[in-house]
Amino acid sequence: VKKMTSTLKGITLKGSAELVAEFFSFGINSILYQRGIYPPETFTRVTHYDMSLQLTTDPKLKNYLTNVVSQLKEWLFECTVQKLVLVITCLETNEVLERWQFDIECDKSAKESSAPREKSIKTIQDEIRSVIRQITATVTFLPLLETPCAFDLLVYTDKDLVVPDKWEESGPQTIDQSEEVRLRSFTTSIHKVNSMVAYKKTESV
Amino acid sequence: MSALWHLNVVASYARNSKSRERQEFVLLCVSRFLDEVYENVDKMAQFGFENDIHSILKLDMPITNAPMARWQRKASSSNTSALSGLSPGKSANVSLSSSKTPSKTPGKNKKQTPSKMGGDRFIPTRNSKQMDVATFLLTKENEPADTNTSVTSETQKAWSVSLNGYNVEDAKILHLGGKPLNAPEGYQNNLKVLYTQTATPASIKKSRYISSTPDRILDAPDLRNDFYLNLLDWSSRNFLAVALHNSVYLWDATQGDIILLMKMEREEDYICSLSWTKEGSYLAVGTSDCKVQLWDVENQKRLRSMASHTARVGSLSWNDHVVSSGSRSGHIHHHDVRVADHHIGTLTAHTQEVCGLKWSPDGRYLASGGNDNLVCIWPRAQEGSAGNDSQLIRCWSEHQGAVKALAWCPWQPNILASGGGTSDRHIRIWNVNSGSCISSLDTQSQISSLVFAPNYKELVSAHGYAHNNVVVRKYPSLSKVAELNGHDDRVLSLTLSPDCSTVATVAADETIRLWKSFEMDPVKKKAKERMVKSTSSVIHQSIR
Repeated sequence: VKKMTSTLKGITLKGSAELVAEFFSFGINSILYQRGIYPPETFTRVTHYDMSLQLTTDPKLKNYLTNVVSQLKEWLFECTVQKLVLVITCLETNEVLERWQFDIECDKSAKESSAPREKSIKTIQDEIRSVIRQITATVTFLPLLETPCAFDLLVYTDKDLVVPDKWEESGPQTIDQSEEVRLRSFTTSIHKVNSMVAYKKTESV
Repeated sequence: MSALWHLNVVASYARNSKSRERQEFVLLCVSRFLDEVYENVDKMAQFGFENDIHSILKLDMPITNAPMARWQRKASSSNTSALSGLSPGKSANVSLSSSKTPSKTPGKNKKQTPSKMGGDRFIPTRNSKQMDVATFLLTKENEPADTNTSVTSETQKAWSVSLNGYNVEDAKILHLGGKPLNAPEGYQNNLKVLYTQTATPASIKKSRYISSTPDRILDAPDLRNDFYLNLLDWSSRNFLAVALHNSVYLWDATQGDIILLMKMEREEDYICSLSWTKEGSYLAVGTSDCKVQLWDVENQKRLRSMASHTARVGSLSWNDHVVSSGSRSGHIHHHDVRVADHHIGTLTAHTQEVCGLKWSPDGRYLASGGNDNLVCIWPRAQEGSAGNDSQLIRCWSEHQGAVKALAWCPWQPNILASGGGTSDRHIRIWNVNSGSCISSLDTQSQISSLVFAPNYKELVSAHGYAHNNVVVRKYPSLSKVAELNGHDDRVLSLTLSPDCSTVATVAADETIRLWKSFEMDPVKKKAKERMVKSTSSVIHQSIR
């Protein structure tokens, strides 16, 4: 249990940002593992949120994710991020096959100086756990990714945000003809994260 | 795992269901159900220990100290983007964008339910303001643009959100630059293996399972270990006949009974060859005392004892009512079993023992192989005329060893396979019409018998020195399909069951092994059965 988000003190903006960023880190890893974007043997199992999760051991990927997540954390703290999207595209055709979208609603009234919110870590973690479980459960109905795939992480931020180095603007990369399934959401009482997955509609058999 | 399997079936049903609502409902149920399942599963996971076991058992874990695999090297060289050193975000003056309230009510945000976004018709959100605008614009012309500013921006916003998925004015999309990360080269996820139920063409096995152990082993004591004899034959009535020294035993393959058909009077005599008639009610027996006996199996009675040879009769073959016999003298005699004067023809091309003798399935050609390394092809003799040497169609001398193994291809006319003995070891495929050798294969060991297995279009060979096994090869490629090992000594003879599913081999280790390697699945079998014509017995009418 991190000091800044201790149950005694409640949830602060910084703490909330941490929690959400952490969720994204594990969530993205889970998706990459479950959807088979990376070989399963490059993942290792860890415990978090009172459940077993897969984390990648691939150094390049780890590096990339760390960078994205740490930037996200900042933006969460500043409440400038609106969505995080994980796009899975077919390597050859660049067609978007799957799109995991996490909408972030930030309570802007919670500033650094304001009093911490009342919400137990345990509750938040329970909620997060449900979401990650749902992500795992989606494999049963998501169409198989039969071709080698690439993934990309898109962040929807406020319009006037200063774009940091190494980050570029991008299109939304939506799927035409998509099926969408909304998953559970969780909230830290400062940040609320809604999750959903959109996938390319497969031809009916 | 069974629960998951069932769930997958339900899910695939949902996926394939035409009713969208049903689909959504089922998917929701499945998702919720799985939440419960995983809750319970996780509580029981002793993952630490599991992790260790997992990494030990996983044979394809990356080796820690090995040089980088090719895909790793490629991946590292392609990801050139320097991901380190992102400058910390400067504190920006962020305008407070309208906070999105958690929308439980159907409102602007239509994404509550799996929406029809990207469906066939685009229906914009029809809130009242837009309708007003539309009406206004339709009815009024030349309106100054600024009077509609406030209204337009709302509609613009609505359009923007619907089209882009977000409000272009309020947000922009960023992603971390550099080449997109993707899986190592050549990696294809194999989730298919875990989760799919439908059998893709790729998942159907290319080759069937062939058991490496015999289906049955029968004892064959006293078997004569003589390469040149043909002591095994399987009738169309499913009786396996084997000659053990001077006795002939019948094994009923359906019931499992053993019948002693005959035993020669003198101890020093022995059986040299056996051959069933096509409908399986009569058995021809060639003996060491130069006779060809004919037995009625049903009544266990000897019908005839035909004498014409001057040496032992090591090979026999039936062609309707004619049985041809090959002898150590090198002569081949034809016997018409219906008439008293049975000896109706003589063929004298071979100079040494005729150990291989086979009529083609259509009865047009007789193939003979001898210890003189020759393979001869004879035509069917015209009724009434005496056979003579000038009738010899083909005579092939390519083999370097005794040719005992001869087999006609049942599905391709005029194709003969022959196998050579210890000094030759080759399988040769011949076209009788053209006279050419189509293909030849060195099998590395003495070939004592060949048989074509029609179920999967294969050629089966029995080997003696040095492998003592049976090899199944695809025809016509002659690529090895399977090796049936088990015999401890050289395999002397090979015969196919009437349903073509099993091959029986007898070897010098005094055992008969039955290998059920050619079983067909029932569907194909039924189709085949319908095609088989029943042949009537010619002999039955005319035997005296």
